[in-house]
Amino acid sequence: MTPATTPTGKPSGNPGVTKAASRPGPRLSLGPIGYYWPKDRVDAFYAQVAQLPVDIVYLGETLCSKRKELKFEDWLAIGERLLESGKEVVLSTLSLLEAESELIRLRFICDNGRFLVEANDMGAVHLLQGRPFVVGHSVNIYNDRSLALLARQGLKRWVLPVELTAETLADMQERRPDGVETEVLAYGRLPLAYSARCFTARARNLPKDDCRYCCIDYPDGLVVATQDDQSFLALNGIQTLSARTANLLAELPRMRELKVDILRISPQAEQTDEIIRLFDLALRGELSPAEAATKATELTPTGACDGYWHGGAGMEQQVKTVQ
Amino acid sequence: MELVCPAGNLPSLKTAVDHGANAVYFGFRDDTNARHFAGLNFAPNKMAEGVEYARGRGVRVFIALNTYPRPDGFGRWQEAVDRAADLGVDALIAADLGVLDYASSKHPGLTLHLSVQGSATNYEALRFYHEHFGVRRAVLPRVLSMSQIRHVVENSPLEIEVFAFGSLCVMVEGRCILSSYATGRSPNTYGACSPASHVEWIETPDGLDTRLGGVLIQRHPKGENVGYPTLCKGTFRVGDHTYHAIEEPTSLNAMELLPELAAAGVKAVKIEGRQRSPVYVGQVTKVWRQALDAFARDPEHFTPRPEWTAELGKVSEGAQTTLGAYHRPWQ
Repeated sequence: MTPATTPTGKPSGNPGVTKAASRPGPRLSLGPIGYYWPKDRVDAFYAQVAQLPVDIVYLGETLCSKRKELKFEDWLAIGERLLESGKEVVLSTLSLLEAESELIRLRFICDNGRFLVEANDMGAVHLLQGRPFVVGHSVNIYNDRSLALLARQGLKRWVLPVELTAETLADMQERRPDGVETEVLAYGRLPLAYSARCFTARARNLPKDDCRYCCIDYPDGLVVATQDDQSFLALNGIQTLSARTANLLAELPRMRELKVDILRISPQAEQTDEIIRLFDLALRGELSPAEAATKATELTPTGACDGYWHGGAGMEQQVKTVQ
Repeated sequence: MELVCPAGNLPSLKTAVDHGANAVYFGFRDDTNARHFAGLNFAPNKMAEGVEYARGRGVRVFIALNTYPRPDGFGRWQEAVDRAADLGVDALIAADLGVLDYASSKHPGLTLHLSVQGSATNYEALRFYHEHFGVRRAVLPRVLSMSQIRHVVENSPLEIEVFAFGSLCVMVEGRCILSSYATGRSPNTYGACSPASHVEWIETPDGLDTRLGGVLIQRHPKGENVGYPTLCKGTFRVGDHTYHAIEEPTSLNAMELLPELAAAGVKAVKIEGRQRSPVYVGQVTKVWRQALDAFARDPEHFTPRPEWTAELGKVSEGAQTTLGAYHRPWQ
């Protein structure tokens, strides 16, 4: 449970940032922390991130409005510190918006006036239209007509929905509007579903309205296994994730060919810093993508997958990793 | 309130119309709609016959075109929109931004409904669809509580339709890819969840295992009733506990909420089940017609009659029903 980081306070020198800026593309982003971590852990994590070779950092609670370890002001403060370290900062919004209180908070985020915002629901898109915005992978953009429509509203960057294939991405890239950047989730558990029900509370036999914030006990989610002991899914509050971590690091040459602008890494409880370094090394050509991918797979909590990218079932691992 | 009933084929459509549906919804025979099953849905000539049958009896017809086309298939969705417009349907039910954009610009006279697959759970999202495409009605995902529905209706520029009965999707529709994670096919891309082509039934010394895409979903001891292996209704292990980690095999039945839904201003109630038999459609339509009529006659004293509940129980998944997310403790 101890964060894998120690440094606090502002980084001096920023070796990581300088290095990231001079690196061949795509750029690297760090997605929002999907799990519920204590504030100390979050602060320590981002103090470390400030020094890591990522270009873009997405911040905020994207899953459950009951999670209040960090207030809006806390996220803004983290954002300011990351900005000082040379990162681009984007505020991410809630994926499932139901209550008015959630819409009120959403308006605050959209009107923050300082940072770009990632819309994770069409409600956020509605509030952001007319200004530059990003859409996350929970907004369904499955074709170029959808992309063009959102580009007319101010879309600056989109994230490929995770179930789409490299082939579909190629079609999209051919037809994408000028000035729109494409981001792909390259490392992280796959977000598979959202529900009104809190599955973590259910696993603890607690009602959602009295959940006791029990998801804070699972910094990497709660693994769901089949009755024959295969790790299958991971529960994270109202979200269901894949147990396996999508790892597309080996696909770096194809990503470059397809002119993907940004590769996203989702934070995991341990060794996110190592994952970022592996991507960095592969981007610089200091480690082959296949070798880096193999090392990254060793750092996944319960194995890797790349099936969606190759047009198969999401859970499949199609590219054999090298030794 | 309008009673909107499913029609997987012409016999279902006719039985829904004959038993008191106010509107029927159906799809073309391909992956342009979210009930893409073998032998289901309408070829063009049957579609015209269905439209005529319903219209001739004062029943409205909605066409579901509610999956998400990828660039290489977009032309087929366009053609489907054009065909729906030519048929003069009362509404097109769509989810994809590109499809809605095409339909509203090419056929400005065509009434659009936002499918449940559009995942709109709040009025800000609904305002987007209203402003950009003139969408007139939205079907809400099955994740909102009764009080949240009330709030959405109060602030929505669109009419609201909700699911009243049928198989229970636990996840926000349009944003659940559990099925493609195991099989490569999801409701969004393929129009089916947990497709039959990927189901295996394997006899074991202890009973029967059901697998989806090779993943063990359910293990039935000998003699136990075997249900369809929908992924989210499977039995899994979390820590030391083996249970229905996501949801039990159960159906939604919101009949007792009719007075509240009506008071909230909900315009239509939807019955799920285009993949079910005409017998199911007939029974469920009949019972819901009786309930809605009873409610209209005496709204103050409405309660579901035991015989209605019993009848609906017979056609429910796992022979049990729930209020789902409408009832806060379920969440």
